[in-house]
Amino acid sequence: MLRQLFSFNGGVKPDPNKGASTREPIARLPLPPQLIIPLHQHIGGTPRPLVKAGDRVLHGQRIGAADGNVSSAVHAPTSGTVVAVEPRLMPHASGLSAMAVVIEPDGLDLRIEREPFDWHAATPGEVRDHLRDAGVVGLGGAVFPSHLKLSAGTAGSTDTLVINGAECEPFITCDDMLMRSEALDILHGAQVMRKMLAAKQVLVGVEDNKPDAAAALKAAAAELGDASLDIVVVPTRYPAGGAKQLIRVLTGIEVPHGRRSTDYGVQCFNVATALAVWNALEHGEPLTRRIVTVAGNVERPRNFDVAIGTPIGFVFEHAGLKPDTDTLIMGGPMMGVPLPGVEAPVVKATNCLLASSPALFPPPEPEMPCIRCGECARACPADLQPFELYWHARSRNFGRAQEYHLFDCIECGCCAYVCPSHIPLVDYYRYAKSEIWARERDKDAADSARERFEFRNWRAEREKEEKAARLAARSAAKPAAKTVEVANTATSPADPEAAAPATTDPKKALIEAAMARARAQKEAAAAKNTDALTPDQQAQVDAAEARRKRAADLLAEKQTANAQADPSADQNDAAR
Amino acid sequence: MISALLVMLGLALALGAALGAASVLFRTQGDPLVDKIDAILPQTQCGQCGYPGCKPYATAIAGGDADINQCPPGGDEGVRKLADLLGREYKPLNAEHGVEKPKSVAVIDEATCIGCTLCIQACPVDAIVGAAKQMHTIVADLCTGCELCVAPCPADCIAMVPVADTVDTWKWRYPVFDLKPVTHAPAKEAA
Repeated sequence: MLRQLFSFNGGVKPDPNKGASTREPIARLPLPPQLIIPLHQHIGGTPRPLVKAGDRVLHGQRIGAADGNVSSAVHAPTSGTVVAVEPRLMPHASGLSAMAVVIEPDGLDLRIEREPFDWHAATPGEVRDHLRDAGVVGLGGAVFPSHLKLSAGTAGSTDTLVINGAECEPFITCDDMLMRSEALDILHGAQVMRKMLAAKQVLVGVEDNKPDAAAALKAAAAELGDASLDIVVVPTRYPAGGAKQLIRVLTGIEVPHGRRSTDYGVQCFNVATALAVWNALEHGEPLTRRIVTVAGNVERPRNFDVAIGTPIGFVFEHAGLKPDTDTLIMGGPMMGVPLPGVEAPVVKATNCLLASSPALFPPPEPEMPCIRCGECARACPADLQPFELYWHARSRNFGRAQEYHLFDCIECGCCAYVCPSHIPLVDYYRYAKSEIWARERDKDAADSARERFEFRNWRAEREKEEKAARLAARSAAKPAAKTVEVANTATSPADPEAAAPATTDPKKALIEAAMARARAQKEAAAAKNTDALTPDQQAQVDAAEARRKRAADLLAEKQTANAQADPSADQNDAAR
Repeated sequence: MISALLVMLGLALALGAALGAASVLFRTQGDPLVDKIDAILPQTQCGQCGYPGCKPYATAIAGGDADINQCPPGGDEGVRKLADLLGREYKPLNAEHGVEKPKSVAVIDEATCIGCTLCIQACPVDAIVGAAKQMHTIVADLCTGCELCVAPCPADCIAMVPVADTVDTWKWRYPVFDLKPVTHAPAKEAA
């Protein structure tokens, strides 16, 4: 059956450069002397570390627990000893450090006992929790926790599940090689996800420059004999692998600004994510390894099966980094970010490690003024006006940039690729986006501070009022107490203590009154199980009553003695 | 003639009643200008401006009693925003009220804390937890860095620590380009 394909606007056709790294099959990279596993490798909350320095861990043991539902777990890729839980350099353009678990492998690779998980019988909620605890996140680059994308929502709301095997960025071939070798399990994973989403069909999109991968998938689909599975070969054009672009090519649905593809019944996953879902459910295997393309200025460009946490320098050693390398990039040449150093580890988002040299990627030509040619708008696959975004970002006019839908920009780099003035447009967009986020964080913090400040002021006001009310009540009680005192003095005129200063007397009277109330309450509280007592029990009760009476008498004696000895003590008590 | 006058009179009465009703129905609560100014202020509640909090300072600005350059935590950018909002001339921060500092949070040295609760009483945003004769600690996420707790502490156990950038809060720099492309040294340590 021939499927009608659609097309997205814009896009570019850079030299794919995929040949070099697909010549050899995927190689399993040996374990490095030290694994550095960052706790935060995904979108959402930072996992809580479950291990501390000195602990022994096993292959597949959870070392970071998901923090809330919008988070994902992290696991040890091999057995060994935890050397430290400390901030380490991250593979991030900032060159900053973040918390990581450092493991020294013991070479034994002992596995933790897998808890059998019967996903066929489990409810969708349990399956999602299992995926969260298996650390399955989107491996296409966005590393969004997969379990959050696998909720069916209202019944039948998902029509199509798109499995993204387009892999459009130059140099990157990790998905291509994975589809060639693991086609069957990828489709198994896709079937599981289809079931969870209750989707009607599964479309696997593969660019037409990967005929081997498409053939392998087609053979696997034929083996499965699932009529809802369709392997679709799409024309090669960057960025056909963008989720919104691939959805548009496969289904013709154009997701408008501010909406999600799920609003239109389409959900999209990467091929490697489908495999990770299958491994997590069928084999109980958490996500601890991934395929990484090592390409660019290296002796042996190739795809490696790398344990997450392997230092990038170690990976490049195995590919033979050429000496004239000037920059290391994580990701491809279009969207990749420069790496701060070779000590940074491979993370779940690392699809490609690219070595750049002046010969391979000549330094950018000097930036020239924008000549308003509009080439960028023709190339933009998100249907934005990059030149407008550029002007507003450049002049720090962030509100206007947002009006031109800055946050719909997928940072694919097509605009900068075609710009005849060599303006690094994406750098401006990234700058504007991070400034806007920072401002929003500041504004939220300010709003919360304002709220707390106002609440505190309100509370201070309330306490003042309550204090005033208490004082008023006390001064109202004073005259009443005085009358009691007058009555007391009348009954015992001979008592010399009655001549004590008048200020202490009303307070004393108040205390007396309170004690009288307490006594009355005590007497009123009678035991409830006093009917039909045996003689034995009655005797016990009588004995207890006698003790109680003796104690009360003693207490009363003591109190009168105290009161006579130090009348000012009462005053202090009352003042408190 | 009479009918025309009556029509005009009737119209005047009807419109007047409508205006009167509108002024009662759509009355604005508080001063909207104060709220706009307050939204620009950083809500540090530090009192460096000479007023007991951001809202009183906003009220003073709106009333013409205070100048727009008395808020060091808001910084130069805050002054510019206020100048924009109020149509006034920009002026640099008044050094009398302090200087702009990087954002910090207060940290209690918990070993030295004697549990006197003085800092809790001083904190304008209730960011300090603790009880009498118990150790106190500061909830870093809620601390505005106003420094009001530092002075009352009898044990001098509160320090202001600048907030470091993290991977999540780091910002891309404004693209700046050298006129001559700089060639970087090759990353030899990896080879």
